[in-house]
Amino acid sequence: MRVWKFGDDIDTDAIIPGRFLTIYDEKELAEHVFEGTRDELRATVAEGDILVAGNNFGCGSSREHAPLALRGAGIRVVIAKSFARIFYRNAVNTGLLPLVCPEAEAIEDGSAIAVNTAEGYIEVDGRRLAIEPVPPFLQRIVDAGGLVEYAKGMDEVETCTGSQA
Amino acid sequence: MAATIVEKIFSSHCGREIRAGDVVMAPVDAAMIHDITGPLAIRVLRDMGGERVFDPRKIVMLFDHQIPADSIPAAENHVFMREFAREQGIHNYDMREGVCHQVVMEKGHAAPGEIVVGTDSHTCTYGAGGAFATGIGSTDMGFVLKFGALYFRVPESILVEANGRFDRRVGAKDLILNIAGDIGADGATYQALEFVGDTFRTMDMAGRMTCANMAIEMGAKAGIVPPDETTWEYIAPRRAMQPFALASDPDAVYAEYRQYDVADLAPQIAVPHNVDNVVDVGEVAGTKVDQVFIGSCTNGRFEDLAEAAEVLGKEQFAESVRVIVIPASRDEYLKSLKAGLIERFVEAGALFEAPCCGPCMGGAFGLLAPGEVSLSTSNRNFKGRQGSTAASVYLCSPATAAASAIYGEITDPREV
Repeated sequence: MRVWKFGDDIDTDAIIPGRFLTIYDEKELAEHVFEGTRDELRATVAEGDILVAGNNFGCGSSREHAPLALRGAGIRVVIAKSFARIFYRNAVNTGLLPLVCPEAEAIEDGSAIAVNTAEGYIEVDGRRLAIEPVPPFLQRIVDAGGLVEYAKGMDEVETCTGSQA
Repeated sequence: MAATIVEKIFSSHCGREIRAGDVVMAPVDAAMIHDITGPLAIRVLRDMGGERVFDPRKIVMLFDHQIPADSIPAAENHVFMREFAREQGIHNYDMREGVCHQVVMEKGHAAPGEIVVGTDSHTCTYGAGGAFATGIGSTDMGFVLKFGALYFRVPESILVEANGRFDRRVGAKDLILNIAGDIGADGATYQALEFVGDTFRTMDMAGRMTCANMAIEMGAKAGIVPPDETTWEYIAPRRAMQPFALASDPDAVYAEYRQYDVADLAPQIAVPHNVDNVVDVGEVAGTKVDQVFIGSCTNGRFEDLAEAAEVLGKEQFAESVRVIVIPASRDEYLKSLKAGLIERFVEAGALFEAPCCGPCMGGAFGLLAPGEVSLSTSNRNFKGRQGSTAASVYLCSPATAAASAIYGEITDPREV
């Protein structure tokens, strides 16, 4: 599994430009992922490759086409120093795992990488980097396999339930 | 305990004290879907086994990003959504009214103290009217359509206080660009921006909407102006609702406090390719521009068009520039028409379009070629957003856009 390294503030227009938003199939979306901003990714990305980025990954639009395009390209995990709020949630909901790693910058483009979510670390070039745990309420959605699966058997939700800070 | 306005809104919805950082399943008062993100939300609802929406009266549907349909797939999406609206009994504004955020406000679908969600990141605009409003993805919306509720992590707030009077031809857009430059593109991630102070109190709803609209450009979940007389005057003809007091307690706890004096603020410009790359207009004055876009959910209101027309005066737009003017809604279009603004823009050489998102999202029309420079009153200058990734987009106020369109280069509107 290779690393595709990106910088800060990678926005959703870069991930999937606006002119492709009539497409909803993740495989078709993947044909345009990073079109115009990092074209070589599409040509050689392999199933299981991992995106690594700096701060504020996925900023901008609420378009869910962005995590879907990444999934369609075979990417299941994005590691970043920080994520934009809507993208983070959309990623969890669609089954793309966003992992926050304060030391993401230390990971180099093209590195081989292994992720251990159970124990909370990334192994890269013989080093272990810590990843922050997924918040509990999102972990339930991840465990269910995304929000659709989570909500499938439910007829109604009990409002105003939740956890205290 | 002292609470912020955001904490109070969640507390009132849940019937118990809710604090920032809490995660709650909160009921929503309204949900907005449009032609880009709506179709996926409908598919998700069905994938979740949802046959009926929770309450068709609380759902707002409209088309604005790709209208009139610019491709066969876009037309098919419109048909798909129309059929869903009919089947569910949802009122569909279709492509008659205009840009989602303008229409939601104008038609009274968002009001003080409410929780409103929309499948568009600029849903935070409704905070101008004292609502807690936030953008969500299509899968979250599928959940909302089914259950009428959604999990929220209640955000901490940043108090943004602005005082003082703007210089001539400096206004709300310059202030919010200045704030974005300070806070940064991710400086408010997962937080709410609360706008207070004399400058906001004396600002009209159009200006407040411009500011709340851009909260997301700092990563914020919401931007909110506590409701006051201006808010209630705006709400009165749109919604039967008695005014009530809603504001943060004086000793509420904030994550951060920022203070601005707008008296010395120069017109601001966000230079390519980040919204927080903000400078005084003077620093980039003289930059040649190929296209000027006045419109969008940020600056497509009558007040914005009037400001641009005032700067334009009796001048002509430079022949070297393509000027595209698009009102944010049918109401704003009619107001502009009756005030003679459209005639003036068209005489001066502009292309005046019917209400829609226009070039802002780079989907329908007005795209840029490699090497071209655009000046836009919209909210994002991301690389490639308005066409080629080798084009450049600068963000500014309607006054700066109009001044620059006259000279064909970035111009300080105070010098016109």
